[in-house]
Amino acid sequence: MIAELGHLALAAALVVAVFQTVVPLYGAARGDSTLMAMAQPAALVQFAALILSFGALTHAFVTSDFSVSNVAANSHSLKPMIYKVSGVWGNHEGSMLLWVLILSLFGAAVAAFGGNLPESLRARTIAIQGMIGIGFLAFILFTSNPFERVVPPPIDGRGLNPLLQDIGLALHPPMLYLGYVGLSTTFSFAVAALLEGRVDPSWARWVRPWTLAAWVALTAGIILGSGWAYYELGWGGWWFWDPVENASFMPWLAATALLHSAIVVEKRDALKSWTILLALIAFALSLLGTFLVRSGVLTSVHAFAVDPERGMFILVLLAIAIGGSFALYAWRAPTMEGGGVFRPISREGGLVLNNLLTATAAATVLIGTLYPLALETVTGEKVSVGPPFFEATFVPLMVPLVIAVGIGPLLAWKRGDLAGALHNLWAAAIIAISLGLALAWLQGAPVGAALGMALAAWLGVAVLTELADRIRLFRVPLSSSLSRAAGLPRAAYGMTLAHLGLAVFIVGAVGETFFSAEVVRYASRGDKVEIAGHTLTFEGVTERAGPNFNAQVGTFVLENGQRLESERRFFPAEGQQTTEAAIRVRPAGDLYAVLGEPADGDRWTVRVYHKALVMWIWVGGFLMSLGGLVSLADRRLRVGAPAPRRERTALAAAGGDD
Amino acid sequence: MTRKNQRIALIVGGLAFLGIAAGLVLTAFEDSVVFFFSPTDLRAEPVDPERRIRVGGLVESGSVERGPADAEIRFNVTDGNSTLTVRYVGILPDLFREGQGIVAQGRLQNAVFQADEVLAKHDETYMPKEVADALKKQGHWKDGESPYPDAQETGAQQTGGGS
Repeated sequence: MIAELGHLALAAALVVAVFQTVVPLYGAARGDSTLMAMAQPAALVQFAALILSFGALTHAFVTSDFSVSNVAANSHSLKPMIYKVSGVWGNHEGSMLLWVLILSLFGAAVAAFGGNLPESLRARTIAIQGMIGIGFLAFILFTSNPFERVVPPPIDGRGLNPLLQDIGLALHPPMLYLGYVGLSTTFSFAVAALLEGRVDPSWARWVRPWTLAAWVALTAGIILGSGWAYYELGWGGWWFWDPVENASFMPWLAATALLHSAIVVEKRDALKSWTILLALIAFALSLLGTFLVRSGVLTSVHAFAVDPERGMFILVLLAIAIGGSFALYAWRAPTMEGGGVFRPISREGGLVLNNLLTATAAATVLIGTLYPLALETVTGEKVSVGPPFFEATFVPLMVPLVIAVGIGPLLAWKRGDLAGALHNLWAAAIIAISLGLALAWLQGAPVGAALGMALAAWLGVAVLTELADRIRLFRVPLSSSLSRAAGLPRAAYGMTLAHLGLAVFIVGAVGETFFSAEVVRYASRGDKVEIAGHTLTFEGVTERAGPNFNAQVGTFVLENGQRLESERRFFPAEGQQTTEAAIRVRPAGDLYAVLGEPADGDRWTVRVYHKALVMWIWVGGFLMSLGGLVSLADRRLRVGAPAPRRERTALAAAGGDD
Repeated sequence: MTRKNQRIALIVGGLAFLGIAAGLVLTAFEDSVVFFFSPTDLRAEPVDPERRIRVGGLVESGSVERGPADAEIRFNVTDGNSTLTVRYVGILPDLFREGQGIVAQGRLQNAVFQADEVLAKHDETYMPKEVADALKKQGHWKDGESPYPDAQETGAQQTGGGS
């Protein structure tokens, strides 16, 4: 019964979405305030209907209602409660429902918080958001109904892929979707601006917080996914350049570019048309990602089901959204007036360079991701494009970017003084060069490692120099510096944190790539494994029973007596085996021990890694995300749309009131 | 700098970056694209032993044996017509089983495939697409059928459409 209600609510949401699209657009074209004002209640009602629908599916999972075929296919009565809940989005249908739920959340948020947007811009933005909703609600209702019943219901479910039974899955997809789908808001704003034929600094001020919010969630989602892969897949990789990862990384790159170009629109009224284009591209890449992951053209842990009909449906949606918005762009963009002029060496110039490099990087990732698909379609030849390709294209583009990120914030608007900026950065340059040389000569590190660490040092010191420069540290009395520091806008701290996060991330990525060590061997009880200055004693294997699995536990004891336990788990319900690595986390590097197959007698294959500096990757990603959040809290970003005093958590409640 | 000059500078700059990117992409493709072969393909055409390639097929039942060296494993991969011996040092993925489809990446040296990576996909019922196609080509697998029973159940499970 509740499942049918959920289905009904989903259908109702589609009807409301149609209303939300048609009425405000017509109203905006006619200049009719009453019709335009229909947008807000419609967006809120659509959100409420989808909460109801999502709640119904969650209810079916929590109560293990196996008469719903989706639950029967993806859940199991013995599964721990948290994985019953996260299992709601651990399958194709449920994850699409989460997708539209978040889409409508953003529509409702514009309706609730966009109180002082110009009436027609708000109506059009909400209408476009509704239009995207129509496409995806239809997709769910016609191809991926999560509420379909099975008769007769099975006695128990087929279970969830054990790899997905993890706290990482509870957090990673919702966070990633908040980012992915959050870019729909920027897209809707961009299309609405094209319809209005007007982009001005206040438009950028309205759009930036939404981009920033999506970017923060996307960054956190990607980092969570990376961390999940690192500890769960049992081989200690944190980024594979897998097409599915690229699917989230491309929108991230575009959103990063957009975030920076929106600053130029806001401050200098320039780059408008490019910023609009980026907003369209960012969401187009999100949609492309959804297509790649959901259509089954790629097979991976993310591809829950393979169904060409679904792929075609999303492809058509993709074509309409991208084709339509780009056509509109081609038609309307030339009418937009250019804004302030600037010299190449200026803050704007730096931000343009950022845009060129991140956009080019996104393009190379796109080519690498789509090339195998294209080649197979055209010639039938099967190739794979792996990390070597992306390292050879992406990394060289990032080197100048990182150098520029250090300099850019020190340049003035309109006309910057490069010599002056570089003069400020002598300390950063000396530290970076001496660190690089020391690593290469004294430590004998590979050139790439020395270069990477030098870049990280350059960026880190440059970011701190810029902050010191802003508060005139050591040039005025300390108390005066401190009061300057207190007076700095939060957006300035946000930038500092995010750029510092990038430096920290580079340390981790370079460290893990070049300084990690690995030992694979047979071990029996009492054998010692030596790695990176540590000695681990293998203590053999014992059996242990978990809630819905049986485990063989291999114990390694460190020289200080610390015990590391790696498990091989067998899940009878799913008939599947997983490996749980034992990880000892330290800033200098993780010890990562894995129990492999039994060899002969009491010998087991064991694999021990020392993952140098890997923790810095997560810390760096966290800092970037935190920087975005701090920026989001900036008062200035509220000038265009002063956020109500209510906290963001009030968003969830917004469906009910107003 | 006038607005027109600025626009020209931006366009020239953008094109320069695209050019650099195109150069990077093309050189990287030449070196790093990994081609897929079935054991039959490899018997028909020799491959440069220095070139990294992928091979795929079913792990032949009873062929998995542990080698003399630590953590060394040898097994045969077959597409029904030809088999190829694969040597790998390390821990096999959790989903590696005899009779299961796998893809290995590495180099073919002296008729033995020296794998540095063995991929069995995360989903238990998953047959790597390349392997499925290679088997089809040899006439050992038709759509909707599967060499192992689990995969058939997924086939049934996928009829989710309609409302």
